[in-house]
Amino acid sequence: MASSSAAGAGSTDPTAARRNNTKRPKYSKFTQQELPACKPILTPRAVISAFLLVSVVFVPIGVAALIASRKVVEIVYRYESKCIPPNVTDKVAYIQSSADKTCKFSLHVEKHMKSPIYVYYQLDNFYQNHRRYVKSRSDEQLRDPGEEDSTSACKPEDTANGKAIVPCGLIAWSLFNDTYSFSRDNHNLTVNKKGISWKSDREHKFGKNVFPKNFQNSSIKGGASLNESIPLSEQEDLIVWMRTAALPTFRKLYGKIEVDLNEGDSINVTLQNKYNTYSFNGRKKLVLSTTSWLGGKNDFLGIAYLTVGGLCFFLALAFTIVYFVKPRQLGDPTYLSWNRNPGGH
Amino acid sequence: MAGGRRRRHHFSRIHAFTCGRASMREEHSLIGGPGFSRKVYCNDPERAMESLLSYGDNYVRTTKYTLATFIPKSLFEQFRRVANFYFLVCAVLSFFPVSPYSGVSNVVPLLVVVAATMVKEFIEDFRRKQQDIEMNNRKVKVHRGDGVFDISKWRDLKVGDVVRVEKDEFFPADLILLASNYDDAICYVETMNLDGETNLKLKQALEGSSMLQEDSNYQNFRAVITCEDPNANLYTFVGSLDLEDQQYPLAPQQLLLRDSKLRNTDFIYGVVIFTGHDTKVMQNATDPPSKRSKIEKRMDKIIYCLFVVLILISFIGSIFFGLMTDDDLENGRMKRWYLRPDNTEIYYDPNSPVVAAILHFLTALMLYGYLIPISLYVSIEIVKVLQSIFINQDVHMYYAETDKPAHARTSNLNEELGQVDTILSDKTGTLTCNSMEFIKCSIAGVAYGRGATEVERALSRRQETPFSQEFKERISESKPSIKGFNFKDERIMNGNWAKEPNANVIQNFLRLLAVCHTAIPEIDEETGKVSYEAESPDEAAFVIAARELGFEFYERTHTTISLRELDPMSGNKIERSYKLLNILEFSSARKRMSVIVRDEEGKLLLLSKGADSVMFERIAKNGREFEEYTKQHISEYADSGLRTLILAYRELNEEEYNQFNKEFTEAKNLVSADQEQIVERIIQSIEKDLILLGATAVEDKLQDGVPECIDKLAQAGIKLWVLTGDKMETAINIGFACSLLRQGMKQIIISSDTPETKSLEKMEDKSAAEVIAIACCINFDGTLLIFQAIKSSVIRQLREAKTLLTTSDENFEALALIIDGKSLTYALEDDVKDSFLELAIGCASVICCRSSPKQKALVTRLVKMRTGSTTLAIGDGANDVGMLQEADIGIGISGVEGMQAVMSSDIAIAQFRYLERLLLVHGHWCYRRISSMICYFFYKNIAFGFTLFFFELYASFSGQAAYNDWFLSLYNVFFTSLPVIALGVFDQDVSSKHCLRFPLLYQEGIQNILFSWKRIIGWALNGVVTSAIIFFFCIRTMEHQAFRKGGQVVGLEVLGATMYTCVVWVVNCQMALSISYFTYIQHIFIWGSIIFWYIFLLAYGAIDPSFSTTAYKVFIEALAPAPSFWFITLLILIASLLPYFVYASIQMRFFPMYHQMIQWIRKDGQTSDPEYCDMVRQRSIRHTTVGTTARLEASKRLEASKRLEISVHSSASKRIELSNFAASKRSEGNSEDR
Repeated sequence: MASSSAAGAGSTDPTAARRNNTKRPKYSKFTQQELPACKPILTPRAVISAFLLVSVVFVPIGVAALIASRKVVEIVYRYESKCIPPNVTDKVAYIQSSADKTCKFSLHVEKHMKSPIYVYYQLDNFYQNHRRYVKSRSDEQLRDPGEEDSTSACKPEDTANGKAIVPCGLIAWSLFNDTYSFSRDNHNLTVNKKGISWKSDREHKFGKNVFPKNFQNSSIKGGASLNESIPLSEQEDLIVWMRTAALPTFRKLYGKIEVDLNEGDSINVTLQNKYNTYSFNGRKKLVLSTTSWLGGKNDFLGIAYLTVGGLCFFLALAFTIVYFVKPRQLGDPTYLSWNRNPGGH
Repeated sequence: MAGGRRRRHHFSRIHAFTCGRASMREEHSLIGGPGFSRKVYCNDPERAMESLLSYGDNYVRTTKYTLATFIPKSLFEQFRRVANFYFLVCAVLSFFPVSPYSGVSNVVPLLVVVAATMVKEFIEDFRRKQQDIEMNNRKVKVHRGDGVFDISKWRDLKVGDVVRVEKDEFFPADLILLASNYDDAICYVETMNLDGETNLKLKQALEGSSMLQEDSNYQNFRAVITCEDPNANLYTFVGSLDLEDQQYPLAPQQLLLRDSKLRNTDFIYGVVIFTGHDTKVMQNATDPPSKRSKIEKRMDKIIYCLFVVLILISFIGSIFFGLMTDDDLENGRMKRWYLRPDNTEIYYDPNSPVVAAILHFLTALMLYGYLIPISLYVSIEIVKVLQSIFINQDVHMYYAETDKPAHARTSNLNEELGQVDTILSDKTGTLTCNSMEFIKCSIAGVAYGRGATEVERALSRRQETPFSQEFKERISESKPSIKGFNFKDERIMNGNWAKEPNANVIQNFLRLLAVCHTAIPEIDEETGKVSYEAESPDEAAFVIAARELGFEFYERTHTTISLRELDPMSGNKIERSYKLLNILEFSSARKRMSVIVRDEEGKLLLLSKGADSVMFERIAKNGREFEEYTKQHISEYADSGLRTLILAYRELNEEEYNQFNKEFTEAKNLVSADQEQIVERIIQSIEKDLILLGATAVEDKLQDGVPECIDKLAQAGIKLWVLTGDKMETAINIGFACSLLRQGMKQIIISSDTPETKSLEKMEDKSAAEVIAIACCINFDGTLLIFQAIKSSVIRQLREAKTLLTTSDENFEALALIIDGKSLTYALEDDVKDSFLELAIGCASVICCRSSPKQKALVTRLVKMRTGSTTLAIGDGANDVGMLQEADIGIGISGVEGMQAVMSSDIAIAQFRYLERLLLVHGHWCYRRISSMICYFFYKNIAFGFTLFFFELYASFSGQAAYNDWFLSLYNVFFTSLPVIALGVFDQDVSSKHCLRFPLLYQEGIQNILFSWKRIIGWALNGVVTSAIIFFFCIRTMEHQAFRKGGQVVGLEVLGATMYTCVVWVVNCQMALSISYFTYIQHIFIWGSIIFWYIFLLAYGAIDPSFSTTAYKVFIEALAPAPSFWFITLLILIASLLPYFVYASIQMRFFPMYHQMIQWIRKDGQTSDPEYCDMVRQRSIRHTTVGTTARLEASKRLEASKRLEISVHSSASKRIELSNFAASKRSEGNSEDR
């Protein structure tokens, strides 16, 4: 390329003629734009094969994905209104009060649930992806005890009583603080809260020697408090919470129950309903779910695969029929309709 | 030094007209006043410093930038573009909290883009710099004092220096000629670099300095020149020279301009008066008008549309954001308490939602700015430069004879080449090669010369009739061995003329050819062969013809012309010389030239040659012996496209001559306004009562392949207009030769030579030349009548022609419009030009003859402005410059007429026939590439930008970007840019071979099918659909549930990375789907971009989290191990491409565009099936009306109708014809097969 451009420019230069005997462009397949090339066109055969290929690949994937999704057992319990005493009218005031907000209910296991069973809380209408919210954190501070004071992004939850808050910012401040405990037949089901966060977060983003300080000490209390003796890297609830959700409806991992739940089991849940979703009309749900190789319960992937695969199959069929019924005719003047209205005339 | 060798000639009288005028003019009184204040102390070293200070040195800089100004100036140029300015503002704003992303990440792509453009500018400027250096360091001999001349660099010259310039050197600055090796201090100058004229110009020094012919003379030479200030006028100069207390006036005659060349003169001495940028040539250097292609203009519109969309969606977002923010705090109660609306910055303040909304608007403008492709301009520039390199490198457009490849001087217009609707072509030097060949003559009423003309050849090629075997022989044997001479007739060659009945007439005829001219012989000292330096190629052809026929002109002095004549008696060559008395020069008004000579016997002869229109009326009653035959021959010659001149002479008696000479000399020295008319009148008084000798016919040869090229262009639906300065007959003949005209075509001739205008003119001043009559019409009330009469006549003719046009529409008859320059003057007037244009567009071919350069430009402008179609002007001479600059594309033919046209053209080619490849192949490709590229650019940015917007719907329009900052900013720079560039540089819908075989393909460009609004909107919609599929499929598949076996849910970073992956895949695969030409380059770029994305994701994710933030280990830890990530990518990829794929396959199958039909043909291997190809080729609704193909068809139609009339069917001949047809097709197919 370099040589060709030099030659191209050289032709302006009268001295170039003297230097080289000829200005004849060098022949190469590249400069003459004759490189060997594959020139695919959408022949009926190619189109039909492509559609068939897609459907052949997609339908099985769709079936597999759907099966995987169907295999997942999920128990969802919405509790934000059920856990408010019926006589309470001002829910916000209730939730902000210091009253005992314990709430008990039981869940029925409809289908055998193989461990590990993941416990999630699901919030609704909660904009963790709000720009103000997303930015309101200090990664330096979370990682490095020396960076305690880099709280510039955390306003207004940057300092309390003149001292920096660790962890600062709105995200940490609004940490979810409902708690759940489960029992089956009066036996406690232990909820394992270890390993619910990303490994990289624990190891690299949240410092092993950074401890919560001055947290939830500002004028308005947000969400949960943190145990100041546990380093941030082990505060997995916080770590999970601080991976902000993408959408206003989201689940966060609460813990894992590491025993199987059998069909017909009744799980008693004791819940501390402390988190205020009432001011913004957010729903709260408790979710127990198993996972498959594809993750949790969501039929969409399977259905979408099946739809696309099916559509392609249908299209392949349609094209095949057209191909046989009405073979392509070249020279059909109707093909040249674009030429009917010669522009400029 | 060279005293012995010096030729002591006085040439001044050869050029009597131009030389005799160096008198003190009024202008000289201005010297010393304002505008005329330059004072040059010649050869005065003491004042050298002074002159250097006040006038500067001879350093010339043509670069756009200097080292110091490069950065500010080029930055300024860049940010003048709206889009770039917008990005600059964004970059600045991104450092403020309004920004949705970090400042650094946003500045980087802008820096990359700006830096890329600056590097390009730098390289271009550096090349200019190198040329400057070469130029400035050329050597010249400068007087160093004491009569010693020393070599110095051009750049070191100062005003006042005396320089010595040797033969064939360029003048380093503007000089005043002091002396030359000739005693009368003349020199010859070639000004090709200035005005493109190849003929030599004569300059002459003042008498006062003419004796300074030795180096040593300059030891004590002192002079002071006072002259005008630097200006751009090449043809005027006013000054005076103070030499030895005497004042001499200086005129352009003494001025030697920089960049012109000394020719035919051994050396000159001159004094520098203008240096560097003060020189006239530098003052003249202006940049050609910058042209922008239609596609680029439309692209700007699209960008504006995108800006509107951008503002619209930002506005919508801001409204929602304002409402939601307003909602956050109700009566002191926080709704979304986690955002702390009670204690917030102005950007989110629920107490002033309007301000927040307005600030959010800024944020949104920045966020959705990805709709506007930041790299579009730079990508297009890169692509276009590469495209021009391909044009320059095309071996099929390289002309070996002159060693010239095609040269795209501007890369701006590549795609415009694919949309040309009308070609406006010059004739001489463009269609014809401007080489004149003496081919026939008529002497004493007998036609000589059997050479076949191009027209005859073209006809015989087309007609394929068995007619005249002899004719074909003539064609085959007629290979001109001598340039300019293609005459074959044994009757007068080799001295045989002496045996002809009118031998004395022939002798006079040939002698006239050898004497009556202004050519200068050059004798090759080794071979002794004589060659000629002539003002026009016709003249050279005459002298050569005379030489070949036995009248060899070999020497010219100021008073004599010497010939070696063949003596009819002895058959030996004898030297004869003619005393040259006067030259009555040629001018376009006079249309003739004469010389007055005294032969050796002392007879006074007036020898004259000129156009038939002026010569016949000057012939004496007794000189009309051969008039009838000559006229007949002339019309025959004109029919076959030859230029004719009438030769005549008369003998003068002494008395008559003396009288004339006296008057003539007086008149020449006359100082008065009407001096020219007086001279004219005196000349006319002697140029009369001539005796007709005969006529010459010179062929203006068509360039190679011109008819074929025109045929192809016509088949492509391109209209060709010929604008020529030639007379109507010649123009029509050339029209016939290149099949723009044919028999059976209705010719509409609009001419001011209609009988009525003629009679009108006769009524008035018959003697006045036509042109003068028009020019003077303002002055004389009487002629105003003519003015109006001609105009009304033109209007009437136009009206009549138009009715013809409407009637002929029904019988599909092709019309040709031929209009002459004078009528054109009226036809181009404001009130007439629309009807003229309407008529012209309705005609199959248009020929404007006798048009001036200005008219050429006006016609071009008319076509360009009124029809809105793309015009291409092609020409080779200085007279085409206006046209070239006016047209959308100017193509210069780098031919023999100098560089002027090339310098003002956009693309230079060596031959007209390369236009075919330039337009049909490169033009089509570039058009297709650029338009696809732009569409694709918008597609990819809309696909990306709308995912951001859709995400905002779910993020309460807070302005949070779905992607990591660096993903955002590198989208346009890394992950999607190279495939687009590959598309823009390499894509081919059909191969060059097919482009040429199916010229109709070119219509896609003319009708702008590939860049129609429909198509653009289609691509934009495709982008929106793609982004919708990507976004909604992503959020539906990655809802709140766990997305992998470990139970982890999807966070913002996971969703962002997944969506981004999908975008990169879809956008690149869409590219793979829509291009039709995969070389390894495309494969590398497309798949490489996708692979690079994963590599980037890995690498970026591995960097410390303080830098990679949300992207930290997102791929390696979260995405890669999750099968759902891969399945989602596959699903979304296929689902997003499906709509386009279905559309494309249906379109390809049921409504193929023309290029797709050709692709079918290629695919089906049916290129060898002639009927198939023919069907596609002929399936044009548009009728091809000009060109050889049309001619063939027309003749077939004609024959068919004739046959019908006679109702005789010769089945045998038909069979032959059919088999011929089939054979020709077969051979065509075979050649394609390869």
